Amino acid sequence: MIFVSKKIAKKASGWILDGNHAAAQGIKLSRVQVIAAYPITPQSPVTETLSEFVERGELDAEYIAVESEHSALAVCTSASIVGARTFTATSAHGLAYMHEMLHWAAGSRLPVVLVCVNRAMGAPWNVLNDQQDSISQRDTGWIQIYTRNNQEIIDSIIQAYKIAESVYVPVMVCYDGYVLSHTEMPVDVPAQKDVDRFLPPYRPHTILDPANPKNYNLVTLANPRVNAEGVLCHGYMELRYLLQEALQNSRETIIRVGQEFGELFGRSYANMFWENRLDDADVVIVAMGSLAMEAIVAADMLREAGHKVGVLGLRVFRPFPKADVIKALKKSRLVVVFDKNISYGLEGATCSEIKSALYGSSVSAVVRNFIVGLGGRDVKARELVDAVNKSLLSVKEGDLNKEYPEWICDI
Amino acid sequence: MKTNAVNMTEKEYLLPGNRTCPGCALSLAYRHILKALEGRVIVTVPASCLTVLHGMYPVTSVNVPCVNTPFPSTAASATGLVAGLKALGKEGVTVLAIAGDGGTHDIGIQALSAAAERQNDFLYICYDNEGYMNTGNQRSGSTPLGAISGTTPILGKQQNQKDITAIMEAHGIPYVATANASYPLDLYEKVRKAKTIRGTRFIHVFTPCSPGWAFPFSNTIKIGKLAVETGWVILYEVEDGIFRLTSASESIAKRDNLRPLREYLMEQGRFKNITEEQINELQGWVNTRWKRCLDRAVNL
Amino acid sequence: MGTRDCQHICGESSPAVGEAGKTGEWRDSFPVIDQEKCLPVRQNKPSCFLCWLYCPDAVISRTIPIKINMEYCKGCGICAQVCPAHAITMVHEEEFCPNGTD
Repeated sequence: MIFVSKKIAKKASGWILDGNHAAAQGIKLSRVQVIAAYPITPQSPVTETLSEFVERGELDAEYIAVESEHSALAVCTSASIVGARTFTATSAHGLAYMHEMLHWAAGSRLPVVLVCVNRAMGAPWNVLNDQQDSISQRDTGWIQIYTRNNQEIIDSIIQAYKIAESVYVPVMVCYDGYVLSHTEMPVDVPAQKDVDRFLPPYRPHTILDPANPKNYNLVTLANPRVNAEGVLCHGYMELRYLLQEALQNSRETIIRVGQEFGELFGRSYANMFWENRLDDADVVIVAMGSLAMEAIVAADMLREAGHKVGVLGLRVFRPFPKADVIKALKKSRLVVVFDKNISYGLEGATCSEIKSALYGSSVSAVVRNFIVGLGGRDVKARELVDAVNKSLLSVKEGDLNKEYPEWICDI
Repeated sequence: MKTNAVNMTEKEYLLPGNRTCPGCALSLAYRHILKALEGRVIVTVPASCLTVLHGMYPVTSVNVPCVNTPFPSTAASATGLVAGLKALGKEGVTVLAIAGDGGTHDIGIQALSAAAERQNDFLYICYDNEGYMNTGNQRSGSTPLGAISGTTPILGKQQNQKDITAIMEAHGIPYVATANASYPLDLYEKVRKAKTIRGTRFIHVFTPCSPGWAFPFSNTIKIGKLAVETGWVILYEVEDGIFRLTSASESIAKRDNLRPLREYLMEQGRFKNITEEQINELQGWVNTRWKRCLDRAVNL
Repeated sequence: MGTRDCQHICGESSPAVGEAGKTGEWRDSFPVIDQEKCLPVRQNKPSCFLCWLYCPDAVISRTIPIKINMEYCKGCGICAQVCPAHAITMVHEEEFCPNGTD
């Protein structure tokens, strides 16, 4: 797809789009004003499609073809601070290369939206899917939203701008490389006029303007310092506190924006995770991204075998919905967490978060962790079923605490 | 009318009581750069002595808008500022990216080269104090052969500096120039000219550093002038490919009275261990570059 | 009372003189002007002003006679070096004010 974009099938009932084209449609509908990106597999079609929109005049934006991901995010943060709505997209090594700028964007409280097409990190080289890339960036102060299908990609991007520009925290929308990015599925593309009703223009909290010269991100001392008018201003720690506070409080905004979206478009996102048959479940599968869809198939199979199994599909990883998780897992006695990432030397990140949420709560479920699907390894519903059965059996045999996760691979 | 100390803009954008060392050439150069831009500017600055000059939150000693950006990203940040302003239809503001030699020759060259290739519309100024002075004087890609630094502490640097202005000229950008804090009027004129040109514009400003180079701070102007008089720094501009010597370099060329480089080197403690061989090598380097400039200059 | 009153959500700074404090306190030498020698004073018209031009800290006024803002002058001595009339002399602080006061 070098010169001409793939013909996008548009039917009366909707569009058939792969994840990358769905993302590009979401960006266009969000009336993004500055785009900067660097190509990387499997993200490249997003940037190619956006370039095409800009060159055709379908999207009135500045497109900057930068020489690196570090520069891509530097362009976005600086364009954002003069008041433009900005976008970038990347994967894996590109996201890692952005690491410094991820901190900078969040610390500057600039509502940049970034799409991460999840891909494995090297070495060795691997272009296929897992979630090690975005999980490795969880402590940079960004809101992280994971999507299960292409409809959620387009919807989440539009919501991401509204969330980011309400709480002044950048948002990363993540979707699985190839599994979603290169897989076509029916998608309802909202009408521009409806998106315009939903998403107001960006109103920056700060702006660089010669008429009112302010300086941003100067060296900040450990302790508070007074300004020239004698007002006590923050120290470095107070600014960091405000970022944490913004993320803590963003849950409410995420739910409200998701609800408003539902009212306008008929697809509600008034949740931090997707629930599937949790009401009576005593065994809960936890997964994130497209794996959460596969988990539903596994739950179906386990239900047929007589187990009361539900699925918690994490949608928002940061802020982590601690209280909601406790509530959702209150009836469970076994929680099986599947991670497409690992914090080497410990366990999968999602598992750690779930355990941390449950600590000190009234939920006393056993939590099991399986590392799956790294570097594009296929994850079959049957394997998830086997893992749950294995966990049930070992718990029954009294093996309640496993120090480390189990891996679904052939070692 | 030519600008002089009597008719130059009086308004100051650099406020007294900033954090630079006494006799700081960067402070002097920046003062005149901002004067030349008359406040219609948005600045982006990476980690550098200029960050120190700008001050500490919540107060700044500079009366123009500025954003700090991570070390490698000065030119990318400038590109973002330009793109954002353009997307919002805001006109009449110069975007100034200004970084030291570490932020330009070394960690920032990738973003700078790419922005110049894209012809992004901003003025990039490299103030060159020939080392990482803000972190306490370590060698950079601009530190000269024979100079002692924190990371060349005993033998002195074994390689000469890279010619960043020539590198930038090779990008085919519409304007490149060299300047020197000791010649503020020449610097002022070049910034004013660069302001009117569209595309990526690059000015290299030589800024002697008293603590880093080990000379008394009252000698800042003298050292800068000696650099020009010995040909270590050559003042010129290249506008659309046309090369002109300017200011003192033009008159030195016309009078053919370049002084020996040794006179410049011997004024600075950083060259205390330089060998005769190294001095000869540096002199040869200066001679070659001087001849090349004489050959290219259209105004001799 | 906390720092929320400043209403900043990121590091936003405003311009002010003396960000680093009274930088005049850094000084160990003091510029003394002999007004009789200063060219603008002698000619009684705006001229020269090289001290104003070369001051890295913008603490010299372009007036007749010139004035130096001693609250912020760091005492670098550049003005004395560039003055073509040798009208400015740097004097050690202790020599000028032995009690350590201005």
